[in-house]
Amino acid sequence: MATEIGRRGILAGATLLATPGLVRAQGEAIRIGEINSYTAQPAFLAPYRNAWVLAVEQVNAAGGINGRRLETVFRDDAGRPEDAVRHAGELVNAERVHLLAGGFLSNVGLAIGDFARQNRRLFVASEPLTDALVWAQGNRYTFRLRPSTYMQAAMLVEEAAKLPARRWATVAPNYEYGQSAVRWFKELLTRAKPDVQFVGDQFPALGRIDAGATVQALASTTPDAIFNVTFGADLTNFVRQGNTRGLFERRRVVSVLTGEPEYLLPLGDEAPENWIVTGYPWEDLNTPGHVTFRDAYRQRWNEAPRLGSVVAYDTVSAIAAMLRKTGANTETEGMVEAMRGLSFPTAFGTGDVTFRAVDHQSTLGAYVGRTALRNGRGTMVDWRYADGARYLPADEVVRGLRPQG
Amino acid sequence: MSVVLEVEGLAKSFGGVRAVQGVGFAVDAGEMLALIGPNGAGKSTCFNMLNGQLRPDAGRVRLLGRDITGMVPRRVWRLGVGRTFQITATFGSMTVRENVQMALLSHAGRLLHLWRPATDAFVAEADALLARVGMAEQADRVSAILAYGDLKRLELAIALANAPRLLLMDEPTAGMAPRERVALMELTAGIARESGIAVLFTEHDMDVVFAHADRIIVLDRGRLIAEGAPPAVRANPEVQAVYLGAGLVHG
Amino acid sequence: MEDLLIQALNGLASASSLFLVASGLTVIFGVSRIVNFAHGSFYMLGAYLGWTLVTRLPEGLAGTPFGFWGGVLLAALITGLIGMVVEMLLLRRIYGSPELFQLLATFGVVLVVQDLALMAWGPQDLLGPRAPLLRGSTDLLGLRFPRYELFLICVGPVVLGLLWLLFHRTRWGRLVRAATQDREMVSALGIDQRRLFTGVFFLGSLLAGLGGALQLPRESVNLHMDLAIITEAFVVVVVGGLGSLGGAFLAALLIGELHAFGILILPKITLVLVFLVMAVVLVVRPHGLLGRASAPVRGAAAAPDPPVGPTPRPLVIAGFAALALLIVVPPFLRDYEVSILVDLAVFVLFAASLHFIMGPGGMASFGHAAYFGAGAYGAALLVKHLAAPMGIGLAAAPLAAGLLGLAFGWFCVRLSGVYAAMLTLAFAQIAWSVAFQWVEVTGGDNGILGVWPAAWANTKLVYFYLTLALCLGGTLLLRRVVRAPFGMALRAQRDSTLRAEAIGIDGFRIRWLAFALAAAMAGIAGGLFAYAKGSVFPTYLAISRSVDALLMVLLGGVQTLSGPILGAIGFAGMQEQLMRASDLWRLIMGGVIIALVLFFPQGLAGAVRRLWEGRRA
Repeated sequence: MATEIGRRGILAGATLLATPGLVRAQGEAIRIGEINSYTAQPAFLAPYRNAWVLAVEQVNAAGGINGRRLETVFRDDAGRPEDAVRHAGELVNAERVHLLAGGFLSNVGLAIGDFARQNRRLFVASEPLTDALVWAQGNRYTFRLRPSTYMQAAMLVEEAAKLPARRWATVAPNYEYGQSAVRWFKELLTRAKPDVQFVGDQFPALGRIDAGATVQALASTTPDAIFNVTFGADLTNFVRQGNTRGLFERRRVVSVLTGEPEYLLPLGDEAPENWIVTGYPWEDLNTPGHVTFRDAYRQRWNEAPRLGSVVAYDTVSAIAAMLRKTGANTETEGMVEAMRGLSFPTAFGTGDVTFRAVDHQSTLGAYVGRTALRNGRGTMVDWRYADGARYLPADEVVRGLRPQG
Repeated sequence: MSVVLEVEGLAKSFGGVRAVQGVGFAVDAGEMLALIGPNGAGKSTCFNMLNGQLRPDAGRVRLLGRDITGMVPRRVWRLGVGRTFQITATFGSMTVRENVQMALLSHAGRLLHLWRPATDAFVAEADALLARVGMAEQADRVSAILAYGDLKRLELAIALANAPRLLLMDEPTAGMAPRERVALMELTAGIARESGIAVLFTEHDMDVVFAHADRIIVLDRGRLIAEGAPPAVRANPEVQAVYLGAGLVHG
Repeated sequence: MEDLLIQALNGLASASSLFLVASGLTVIFGVSRIVNFAHGSFYMLGAYLGWTLVTRLPEGLAGTPFGFWGGVLLAALITGLIGMVVEMLLLRRIYGSPELFQLLATFGVVLVVQDLALMAWGPQDLLGPRAPLLRGSTDLLGLRFPRYELFLICVGPVVLGLLWLLFHRTRWGRLVRAATQDREMVSALGIDQRRLFTGVFFLGSLLAGLGGALQLPRESVNLHMDLAIITEAFVVVVVGGLGSLGGAFLAALLIGELHAFGILILPKITLVLVFLVMAVVLVVRPHGLLGRASAPVRGAAAAPDPPVGPTPRPLVIAGFAALALLIVVPPFLRDYEVSILVDLAVFVLFAASLHFIMGPGGMASFGHAAYFGAGAYGAALLVKHLAAPMGIGLAAAPLAAGLLGLAFGWFCVRLSGVYAAMLTLAFAQIAWSVAFQWVEVTGGDNGILGVWPAAWANTKLVYFYLTLALCLGGTLLLRRVVRAPFGMALRAQRDSTLRAEAIGIDGFRIRWLAFALAAAMAGIAGGLFAYAKGSVFPTYLAISRSVDALLMVLLGGVQTLSGPILGAIGFAGMQEQLMRASDLWRLIMGGVIIALVLFFPQGLAGAVRRLWEGRRA
């Protein structure tokens, strides 16, 4: 398995600026303040930062934006929104960054979003999935790249509704992301298939799952199918106990994010088979755009990209496209206007995606497929690209969800 | 002379062992009453029931005619009972004067005051009390570094701070040199007579007891076996038996 | 019905794992009276070492029972040796220090081990192999149950039995028991205490390491294991009664089963359930299920506190000079630096409020963040639900925190020592879970956003002056109160409960009111922090913030009024700068803490004071 650059590298980067490009671009550099939970979520964010560095290097090697180089100042929020807010203040006030980016956990994303609104700074949220970021607490200065909890749930519901299963149980980490994923899944599935019944919910604390007892509690509700939202260490422990106790036998499992290599690979040969998941088929996705990206990434970091890598690469691509649109002008209101309706190519190689003007959500999609074992490790099969644009509610609905004015 | 403390039928058991049973006596104002008895006779248990540290199983304790049985120590103190301990208990982080000021502030009901510095309160009164026990020149020393005899005198000053009607002194001279013992007991007796304070004390040192007590009560295995003036108690055959059987002086 | 039985078995398996760790902790505490925070780190080391030994086996051994079980036992043995080394190099030198200071030292070890483990094993979760012979599952009542869990269920009682034999049938064990009951007596018998203590540390750490290594087939190994297990192990040890092995076993069963069945009934409150139970047990049985009264946290071995004299003149001058600087300089600073000054001012008041109950009050609190958070949430909830202006929000902060302090304090101040500290922790965790779970009101982990200052205070500079005025006012008020009759009574009941009671001081009432006053002051700090950040989160009430406050106070020195001020500035400043400057900040921070404990046992302020007095003498 490929090695990540590790926390040492990440934090060393916190004090250094990203390495300058091959070509010394002219003019004052454009500074991006990037805040993420590097130490709390290394599995996702180490490949993320690798791709970020790669993308910035590529932009600068190509002469920067109108001759201005991109520079990044990285900060680690350790998974705590209050640290993220502190870093945001420091980045804006001390490091004089022109815009903010990043965010992994939902609550961190919301906190930075509110900071952006209050301080009138552009915030390009890459990862946080919470719907509130662009809807209930959406604001003029916040944009989000990844498909939201709602979109991921909608993609999976499409598949789940085709199953014969009627009795469903759910398991999700006990924080906003887990709760709202379960809420949307229930609502959308019930809408699609009114006769389903939800027989039990488990909400283990994030990172603290008591896997044996949780598995047993799920089994005791005798569901036909299970909806899983756990990830990382919780997922690993859940799968191991579930396998031993036969929880997944004769049951379908529908699972958010589990098809992402960062969560599938640590499971090794114990990776579950035939789960319906959202994820990233990094080995088999051979669109020209993705092949180029994958090769460049492998050449730079000597490992395969993860989904985090795609997210980071696309975030930098979006920022670069926006800056080309403003003519490298870093005045905040101008950048915000450029972001609205901005189109840029994704590293998936599936064409352009767009930041919708109506709610600042990008139309980036995800891959939906089944898990399978290949060469002693998990992978995705029967996958298809679910275009984000297809899984968002109609514009009138969105306007109702989002504070206007 | 008026009766300050009256005790009737006091009893206490610990897990089936009768530590004190049916003890009764009285102390008059200005009187020095000694409570003696061999080890394990129940002196400390008896003592601790008087000021409320222990709750008696049966019996009554009356202070100036008022029933104080089972009251918590701080309420007993508010009714005019000062106390010194076998192992001295003072406030080690405070100066000698502050120790006395603390008692004076408590007596004045000012414990919840948040603003004016406590060290400015009752300075003259505290110094007067310290002078009375011969500690005036040590007023500014931290009590944690005092010699043992000085600690005993400081305790006495603290105990006098609320103008008590009754002083309870548990082994007041324990751990002191013989000359100091005499001095402290003379001091106490003088104060008691001067202010009409009733004093009840326990004591191991028979010389101290017979030299300073006005009256003596003797406890053995939880029971009162003798009571009277020192010569009468000394002559009492039962007391002699108890003490001869156990060796006359304990320490 | 079968489901319930299986769930009970799950509970037993968790209980066994918990007992292994807790038994080591309680044995160590019983003999050395050290509250060993680093015990969780030994557990984590045991797991990591086990992973390495089992997965890096030479050909021929890999996958064999001998290789696996040999690896697990070897990992436990190595962990025991590491514990022994820590005892000999560090803890042995500080047995005479106050207990909280020892705790600080073990916390330093936690930080050091975290970074060392990161360097050695990297940040990714590691999934260990399954146990040979115990890979599969067994049919029980028609349900499948993992064989490994059955094995674990047996491990707990077996270890309890072995420990019982060790403590009752060997001379060494009898000495350990004697030392648990009366340390002085054992040294009077002419026994080499040092070897006894070192041996106990070896045994305790070995048990922790074994507990960690035995998790390999169950769970992935990660860097969060240490703090996750140590809180639970503390709960088990305290609920069982400090130093009582039987108590620890009972408590582990109780907690394990609670977890298992709590999941069935109230799946969302599993985290707080254990703390609820601990609170109930401690309120009903102040010394745990099978415990006896323990020595106070600030042990008798410690020298009495120095007197609270008038503030020395040079200190007054230095204070005024600092104040003048704080008023004159900020307009010339950048916004970022001003906002750091705001944070520092807030932390000074927060630390001073904790110091008030720890120093003059003599009570330890592991849950002071609850009141900081209560102040922050008090203000933020008014803003969110009633759109209250900042003035009202800031007034509500001390009120909310003070009321919470009255409520929690009523229970906490009745207890003493480690038990009191653990009860404050339990209440803080309960408060945290309310903030975390009551999503409709508190916003859950998304917190409450948009708590920005009023328009007139909306520049960093004006807000700094407001914070400075309130925090300085609060800190000076606390200093004043310490010297006032109330503070004197507080110190009096700390010095001698017996004497205080004998001169009419109601120790409970004094402690209770002091607790509430400290809570209210922490509330002001919390309220100011909320407006400074524009948001509140459950992390405001988290254990780590309580620990931060504790570190600030201990770093500064409990025995000095200026201690918390220096401690807050030193700690917060050091952490901020270290985090920016080095990826090894935990290692450095831990090293600094350990050095401080060894060389400046009076804290920063104490060291300064000694230097000053030494020069004058």
